[in-house]
Amino acid sequence: MSLHIVVCLKPVPDPDCYDQVTIDPNTKRIVRENIPMVINAVDKVALEEALQLRDAFGGKVTVVTMSLPSAKKHLLEALAMGADEGILLTDASFGGADTLATSYTLSKTIQQLGRVDLVLLGNESADGATCQVPSQLGEWLGLPHLWNVFSVEPMDERVFLLKTKYENGHKEWRGELPLVLAVSRELVKPRHISAMGIIKAKNKPIAILNKEGVNDLQEECIGLVGSPTQPGEIMIPDMSRSGERLEGSCEEMGLQILEKIRAGGIVF
Amino acid sequence: MAAVFNFSEEQEMIRAAAREFAETEIAPNAAEWDNQDICPVELWPMLGEIGAAGTFVPEIYGGPGLGHVERAIFLEEISRYSGGLGIALMTHHLPIEAILKFGSEEQKNKYIPDLVSGTKIGGLSVTEPSGGSDFAGQQCSAEKIENGWKLNGRKCFITNAGIADTNVIICKTGEDERGRGILSAFIVEKGNEGLKPGRHENKLGLRGSITGDVLLDNCIIPEDALIGKIGDGTKIGMTAIGEVGRAGMTAICVGLLRGACEDASKFAKERVVGGKPISKQQAIQFELADIRTEYEAAKALLYMAASVKDEGKPATTAFAIAKYYASEASVRGTKRCMDVLGGYGVVNEYAVGRYLRDALASISSGGTSHIQRLIIGGDTLKNF
Repeated sequence: MSLHIVVCLKPVPDPDCYDQVTIDPNTKRIVRENIPMVINAVDKVALEEALQLRDAFGGKVTVVTMSLPSAKKHLLEALAMGADEGILLTDASFGGADTLATSYTLSKTIQQLGRVDLVLLGNESADGATCQVPSQLGEWLGLPHLWNVFSVEPMDERVFLLKTKYENGHKEWRGELPLVLAVSRELVKPRHISAMGIIKAKNKPIAILNKEGVNDLQEECIGLVGSPTQPGEIMIPDMSRSGERLEGSCEEMGLQILEKIRAGGIVF
Repeated sequence: MAAVFNFSEEQEMIRAAAREFAETEIAPNAAEWDNQDICPVELWPMLGEIGAAGTFVPEIYGGPGLGHVERAIFLEEISRYSGGLGIALMTHHLPIEAILKFGSEEQKNKYIPDLVSGTKIGGLSVTEPSGGSDFAGQQCSAEKIENGWKLNGRKCFITNAGIADTNVIICKTGEDERGRGILSAFIVEKGNEGLKPGRHENKLGLRGSITGDVLLDNCIIPEDALIGKIGDGTKIGMTAIGEVGRAGMTAICVGLLRGACEDASKFAKERVVGGKPISKQQAIQFELADIRTEYEAAKALLYMAASVKDEGKPATTAFAIAKYYASEASVRGTKRCMDVLGGYGVVNEYAVGRYLRDALASISSGGTSHIQRLIIGGDTLKNF
């Protein structure tokens, strides 16, 4: 048995630098250009699982990301962890994609890779946290998909026992490849990157694809144009507080307080 | 961030990987290692896995085949959170250097792969009660016996004492015609009945590394435990200490200075006095500027010296300058960090007290500032 596993990675703002995050007032999207980016943490969990499965059964791991050209360094990081090849999807027309357009573009890329046995992703991204891409990707690819997978146990060459987490317990599934799985943090601890891995990464292939590099891509389905969801108005709620001095006896001030509470819409 | 050294993309990736390792595996535990004065030996296989245990070892012996700049990057990042683990790791590199540079092919194949993988821990024993810098005055003896050597004596202030599996020990094998000791280097493996642990020093700083005595009590070792030839001990010990030990101590101090920079800046931005963060005060900014300048200067000296060594040129003076400056600067810088934190600086929940203790302890490790100044002064008289 030999597996071809695709792992989708997303660069997200470094959680240590959230105080530097700004939102473009026009597009209502996060400004990513001037903030340190890192691989979405749970995507590294997906990558670790892929590497362990590849090491157990043979095959290769391809990492795919759709981002700015600077995201090449995140692919290098994934290759240093042990992935075999990387694909960077970068094109101005991919910009502004919502989850539907993102999953569509990823699915078209994966479809042109030939046989793919397993697609692994993190449950959600640290910035958007919609949790929608994994399921949408499964639908675009026409493959069974599961979300919140915290255990993957191979039963035989093509069948895995999978466990998904719910609020009050878990479910067990028998999943036959090919599959799309979104994984949770508990699944496995990602390995540390080694100096040897970094040296080897230099000689691994990274394909940089623009929209022309992806077969059968329909322009109306990608980027901002292909995104039915658009950010609405963003406002900061007024949480200011002010003090007010009450006069009178204790009883009178107590009644004034009650009046103010009632005026605030609280019924008791 | 100001660039004081032109690191390659690969070196930047190694730094990022080392930093993530340090933040994950070291930062949460460093205070406890210091408090209990225990060395986290369980981390060695992980240090081997990431390439920190034998960074400069060629691939044929299991290493990543990198250089001393990359080694310094690992040590700086690790020491940013734990100077104690930093000195334990940098000491682990000393027997590797000794065997790699002067050992036989059999010795390299037998000992180095396990040290690189972190399966085994290394140590180097030179200092004796008479002093570490009186190199020629060492009294531990190696007596030639049939099919081997018998070692006797006491080494003290030895980092990794008792935990090292592979010890390189310098002993006196005789005297020359003028009565000076002839020194030789031997490999002694843990488990040898004649190799015994002695006292464990309760140190001011760099805790989280074990420092203590190594006792040689009729320690019998085979013939092939000798590194190089008889009389090579001075060369082997001085090379390991002068260019690898001092480099390691410098990297530790640079790590401590970065900790001082980061902690002082973070505190100054968060601490509000009189309605505004103290970072708005020029007096505080001046303190930060001084800490930063110490850090960048020490860092520049470290990586310049390491690149000289990687080019294969003699680097003893360059490392003496770097070690002298960085260890003294780390005391000044961590003290200034403490000043920025005010009363919080002396509370042990904050790490700066540990940084200052580590910085103070770093001065005497790998040669005091006076010894470094002797080396630098001698070189200056020779070349200027």
